[in-house]
Amino acid sequence: MAITDYVAAYKKTWEVNENFYQSVEEACKTLYIESLKDLPPDVRRALERAHEKEKLESGKEILATLIKTVSTADEEKLLICQDTGIPVYFIKVGNQVRFDGLRLEQAIRKGTERATLEHPLRSSIVNTLTRENHGTSTGNQVPVIHYEFVEGNEIEILIVPKGSGSENMSYLKMLTPAEGIEGIKKYVLECVFESGANPCPPTIVGIGLGGSADKCAALAKKAAAREVGAPNPDPDVRELEEKLYTAINKMGIGAHGLGGNTTALAVHIEAADTHMTCNPVAVNMMCWPARRMRATFKSQTKPEISY
Amino acid sequence: MAHYRLQAPLTDKDIEQLHAGDTVTLDGIIFGVRDANLIRLFDKKVDLPNDLKPQLQGAIALHTAPGVKKLEDGTYEKVSIGTTTSYRMDRFTRGLMEDFGVRVIVGKGGLLEEGSEALVDLKGCYFTILGGSAALETTQVEAIEDIWWEDLMPEAIWKFRVKNFGPLIVSIDSHGNNKYKDVKKVARKNLDEIISNL
Repeated sequence: MAITDYVAAYKKTWEVNENFYQSVEEACKTLYIESLKDLPPDVRRALERAHEKEKLESGKEILATLIKTVSTADEEKLLICQDTGIPVYFIKVGNQVRFDGLRLEQAIRKGTERATLEHPLRSSIVNTLTRENHGTSTGNQVPVIHYEFVEGNEIEILIVPKGSGSENMSYLKMLTPAEGIEGIKKYVLECVFESGANPCPPTIVGIGLGGSADKCAALAKKAAAREVGAPNPDPDVRELEEKLYTAINKMGIGAHGLGGNTTALAVHIEAADTHMTCNPVAVNMMCWPARRMRATFKSQTKPEISY
Repeated sequence: MAHYRLQAPLTDKDIEQLHAGDTVTLDGIIFGVRDANLIRLFDKKVDLPNDLKPQLQGAIALHTAPGVKKLEDGTYEKVSIGTTTSYRMDRFTRGLMEDFGVRVIVGKGGLLEEGSEALVDLKGCYFTILGGSAALETTQVEAIEDIWWEDLMPEAIWKFRVKNFGPLIVSIDSHGNNKYKDVKKVARKNLDEIISNL
């Protein structure tokens, strides 16, 4: 890189000021509340497409009721689902942004708590052993926060309030290399079958492939949080997504597990490389109200809110 | 397949006439129960409050923990009322029916073998309400009439008055028919075929 490039890059660096953290807190409050009420347009379109394509009359009626739920939430400003979920945040950090990470996390937590107390929202977060509910939607290591570093001078905060009906239907298996791609397919299909009606199908089936066990599970969640129909750029992965999507919807579990050809709205895969002895696969499903909302901070001004 | 508009609590005749695949809309009183309060009742063996016990005879129980707002007079206003996954509460089904007289469970996802058998033995039904559809369900709840075991918030026991509550799908009936089981049976066959062609 020429010296002029270094200078240009330095000039683009954004050192956040004091107001930034307050702005993050406000944004997280908004994101939590609004994500529970306003379903992303890609999910709405997927539900409508599924409704058009569904052949089983009772399945069609179920899908029509789900679409009616979304419009009722719009009109009455209601939460789509009462399950406020476990708040999960995906943070994308531009490499030219300078900030205090601990203060960012505090602001995210504070925004989540304020949404819960001020709206008010049901707090679904409890101590795992004592089962005591903190009443704030936060707790030890909750919200769950994932980070990714990218080029640029923006910070993006994506909230995914993850409902437990689908979260409880999560799976991880360390397959052997000899089980290959066929083993992956079989395992995913068995997971969807086993889950039946519980994750509130039609779901977005998120699949993690490769990595270590922990990485694999995180990839499955990232896949589930992707916009419906945004395919994986890797052609091999994309082919597997398409094949699994077709196979899952042939199974006949259907909307709410009561039959029909709408079991999944989409199948998304995120893949990492792995150890030569490993063939990890994880499944994390998103229930039909696949809620998510993001705030993008580009400078000291207010963030841009999108889905 | 027929549609019924029924008034809670239900009579023997109401239950008897329902078959898997029928749809129902309900009016009247339903009680919200779920994990924490059923664990306290059956596992920790804490007695139900005296004023609640007789009200459960013939009652309809909904698997739920609502989002609510507490008002200054101590009563609760609805924020979001929806339904949770039933399999977690499956093993309490027989106890709710046998010990307290509950006749119908409203939930999502269906019951396991044990709960489904209790419905047949004790002449009850399982109604599916669509999960994730709280926005719709909330508009059908007229009032939160009472609450017990408030310390378990939001997993207290709730009394709701509902109007035009549904659509509910009779997915497990008192005659031993089970829509979820039927669907799974077909899906297993389809899946085996899909796997053999991989």
